[in-house]
Amino acid sequence: MQRIINFVLRYRNAFLYGFLALISLIITVRSHSYHQSKFFNSSKWLTGNVYGSAADVSSYFGLRQENNRLVKENERLRKLLFNMKVDSIIQPLDSSFVAYEVLSAKLIKNSYTSPRNYITINKGRNQGVKQDMGVITTKGILGIVENVSSNFATVQSVLNTKSNINAKIKHSEYFGSLVWTAEDYTMAQLIDIPRLVPLVVGDTIVTGGMSSIFPENIPIGTIKKYDLNTAGSFYNIDVELFNDMANIKNVYLIENKNREEIKTLEARTTNE
Amino acid sequence: MNNSVLLNGFRFVLLVLAQVLIFNNLSFMGSINPFVYVIFFYWYPIKSNRTFFMLISFLLGFIIDIFSDTMALHSIASLTVAYARPVVMRFCFGVNYEFQNFSFKNTTKIQRVAFLALLILIHQVVFFSLEILSFTHILLILKKVFGTGIVTLVLCTLFSSLFSPKTE
Repeated sequence: MQRIINFVLRYRNAFLYGFLALISLIITVRSHSYHQSKFFNSSKWLTGNVYGSAADVSSYFGLRQENNRLVKENERLRKLLFNMKVDSIIQPLDSSFVAYEVLSAKLIKNSYTSPRNYITINKGRNQGVKQDMGVITTKGILGIVENVSSNFATVQSVLNTKSNINAKIKHSEYFGSLVWTAEDYTMAQLIDIPRLVPLVVGDTIVTGGMSSIFPENIPIGTIKKYDLNTAGSFYNIDVELFNDMANIKNVYLIENKNREEIKTLEARTTNE
Repeated sequence: MNNSVLLNGFRFVLLVLAQVLIFNNLSFMGSINPFVYVIFFYWYPIKSNRTFFMLISFLLGFIIDIFSDTMALHSIASLTVAYARPVVMRFCFGVNYEFQNFSFKNTTKIQRVAFLALLILIHQVVFFSLEILSFTHILLILKKVFGTGIVTLVLCTLFSSLFSPKTE
């Protein structure tokens, strides 16, 4: 017994190394296949507040640019509004008819260089943010809410190898999955589009209607380049994103009011 | 003794803040975010309790992990660097680093840069191979290791000569 204890004490650094390395490996490898760690993420109180106060300062530098962007969007929305028929304007204002609720939030931490990028925003559970809400900007989609704390939330960016979003080609209505291969942060990949679909470089890609997270027809990007996959039956399409992922300040969160109903219905259908 | 604890605690906090608020957003040439906090392992006193050093390094990596949403990648990379540091020192400075009166003042500039470079290399290799975790992306891993590694080395060398301690 004494010898065993002596042995352990003598190699205590090696044991400590092995033990701590095992813990880190478990945390890392688990989140390769599952969700981001629930306990260790930047939506927490300390990290959120540090990023929040840094963002308070740095947000002043882009104010003019950001204002221009928001005015441009207002202009576009006004145009849509004025060209609508009158009765369809009144109807959506009644909250019982609204299928999608929209919240605004500010980005306090952005990341786009690692293979699994997460973004932190300054709204959390207290402001009505829930897991699996869609996140968009004025230009296009950004990601999906993954973890929520009381005042902050982390968003799984489209620039994440775990991200998988239903998307379609705007005019032909063929849909596939939007993924990311971690190579270029201006480009995402659309897969599972059958080879019979006619493609043109420059076609617009938008979100599809199969997802209960994003509404249909939110812009994603344009086709930059396409080729057939190794089996030769599906296209791999490089999509140039509308969003400049390196320069984002204000975001919108979308909540689908019917998501719960859709989810329970789907769960029941697969059980039977 | 007390002074050294205070100094290292101060460095710890300052390096975490510098890493997460400045260097994680740097994106030099599109995708290079240098890990300047590796200089902590270079600056940490040579004659110290190795177990405690490993625990502190793990904690440093772990805090940076929480800030940058990288699971436990920084923790395991930092831990490995801390564990391998005595071996790297023996390799760079020869056997005389084990003597009592050894200090950085008795070493050449090249030895110190080589020491720093090896620490950074170990950190980068562990970090990026676990981050991507796929052999089909070996070229991407190598590209990231050398791209980020060289920028980190330049920055750390600058920092080490800028804030070089007068007394060891």
